[in-house]
Amino acid sequence: MSARTAPPLPLGVGALGVIAAASIVLPLAAIVLQVPWEGATGLLFSPASLQALRLSLLTAACAAAVCLGLGLPLALLLARTRFPGREVLRAMVLVPLVLPPVVSGIALLMTVGRRGLLGPLLEQADARIVFTTAAVVIAQVFVSLPFTVLTLESALVSAGTVPEQVAASLGARPSTVLARITLPRLAPAIVTGTVLAFARSLGEFGATLTFAGSMPGVTRTLPLEIYLARESDPDSAAVLSLLLVLVAILVVLLAYARRGAPGRTQEEAR
Amino acid sequence: MRSRALDASPARPSRRRGLRRLLGAAGVIALALGAAACAGPRGTAGDAGHSTLTVFAAASLTDVFEQVNADFEADHPGVRVVMTNAGSSDLVTQIDQGAPADVLATADERTMARAQELGLTAEDPRPFATNTLTIAVAPGNPRGITSLADLTDPDLAVVRCAAPVPCGAVADEVLADAGIPLVAVSEENSVTDVLGKVTSGQADAGLVYATDVARSGGAAEAVTIPGAAAHATVYPIAVTDRAEDPELAAAYREAVLGPEGRAALGDAGFGPP
Repeated sequence: MSARTAPPLPLGVGALGVIAAASIVLPLAAIVLQVPWEGATGLLFSPASLQALRLSLLTAACAAAVCLGLGLPLALLLARTRFPGREVLRAMVLVPLVLPPVVSGIALLMTVGRRGLLGPLLEQADARIVFTTAAVVIAQVFVSLPFTVLTLESALVSAGTVPEQVAASLGARPSTVLARITLPRLAPAIVTGTVLAFARSLGEFGATLTFAGSMPGVTRTLPLEIYLARESDPDSAAVLSLLLVLVAILVVLLAYARRGAPGRTQEEAR
Repeated sequence: MRSRALDASPARPSRRRGLRRLLGAAGVIALALGAAACAGPRGTAGDAGHSTLTVFAAASLTDVFEQVNADFEADHPGVRVVMTNAGSSDLVTQIDQGAPADVLATADERTMARAQELGLTAEDPRPFATNTLTIAVAPGNPRGITSLADLTDPDLAVVRCAAPVPCGAVADEVLADAGIPLVAVSEENSVTDVLGKVTSGQADAGLVYATDVARSGGAAEAVTIPGAAAHATVYPIAVTDRAEDPELAAAYREAVLGPEGRAALGDAGFGPP
């Protein structure tokens, strides 16, 4: 498997590959080609769109920050420690990736909703989460955290622990090893993991609708605004969709255009 | 990657190649079958002696039309009624994009008018039911809500539909009529979402249709709004431009308008047109 130049593939692979690529690229191209360009800027910069865009960027940035802050410790635990149930936990972390978003929303309702698991606790603290911007961020973190944890964990595993062991044997304290050795070596994966979390948060829809509600300026993010705009103004929905597609492409380029980053080599090795 | 066991086995190239080819062919066949299966039931419809009637009905009609469909199938042996339920606006968009529908029933006249403008209907739509806005509260009405004015209490979490969807437009009319400035915590995309927020206990009250409370099966209670009847929503039905069997589609429309349909609609909480 170490061949530098791959031998030719059977003919059918090429044809099926083209179909696969087209099934992804064609819908993206369709949005660009079909958008009603005349009056597009007016729709794009309407107060409702701007408000939704601002809320989306704000909540996605918060969610990405939380994903990094919480995802890094979890990735370190999964990659650098041994504890019972570690494999199970790693599998559980993946679950939000494959859950239908509506189910994620219901799960969150059952956790921090009024009648949820933590409902009585929140009631005592006089804190309502559902229908607030915090609910939007919580929903985004739930669906985005797996991206951050996975990216960081695989980077940690592929980077190995030799430099850390050397530093520790020379007397460096754990916090010094983490700050001076581990984190700098992890920098590219940190960028990738955070950008991916931001992107996934920006696109979050189902869990937000189910869990956070839809209120202009409070919980109605850009995807929810698009969904609502379809009811009355399909053109405006199409233009806003294009905006999200462009942001998504930009973010993916940012996250994956860095060949040679640790997170990347690990994935290629698989 | 090749498995080690395969590589280590005594070389019988011709046979192995035969096996590979077989596997490859099986893979292609499986792929083709899979793709065909994914293409959906529409491909198998229209067996000899059987015909399928496709009904596109607003989400709020789901339960009551299931009853109507069962009655219709019993009266028309060999006919199978297939129903698609979604927001009225989505239904019209889907038909406009080529979805095969024989009959369309929407939850408001505005959406049906759009279908007509797009040339998707084969006839003038007929009103078959009405629905009125009501306040949905938790069973037993724990917050003691008795009127629209009570909903302005800032301690209450009230949800409603957003203005662009039919139930939101009605809510706007009713609220304007009553002169009540309601501040909601969420403006949902569908009336089902509003009811869900109430039945799940996240909201204290929601503005929904009378029929939504009726089909919640006791999970919500209705507080009637006196002025709502003046703003009742009218549900129209029409045979579409692409009906495969326009006579059968018209028979279905008549079944909805007729006594059996009328009774089922009444049981579900719909008013007469």
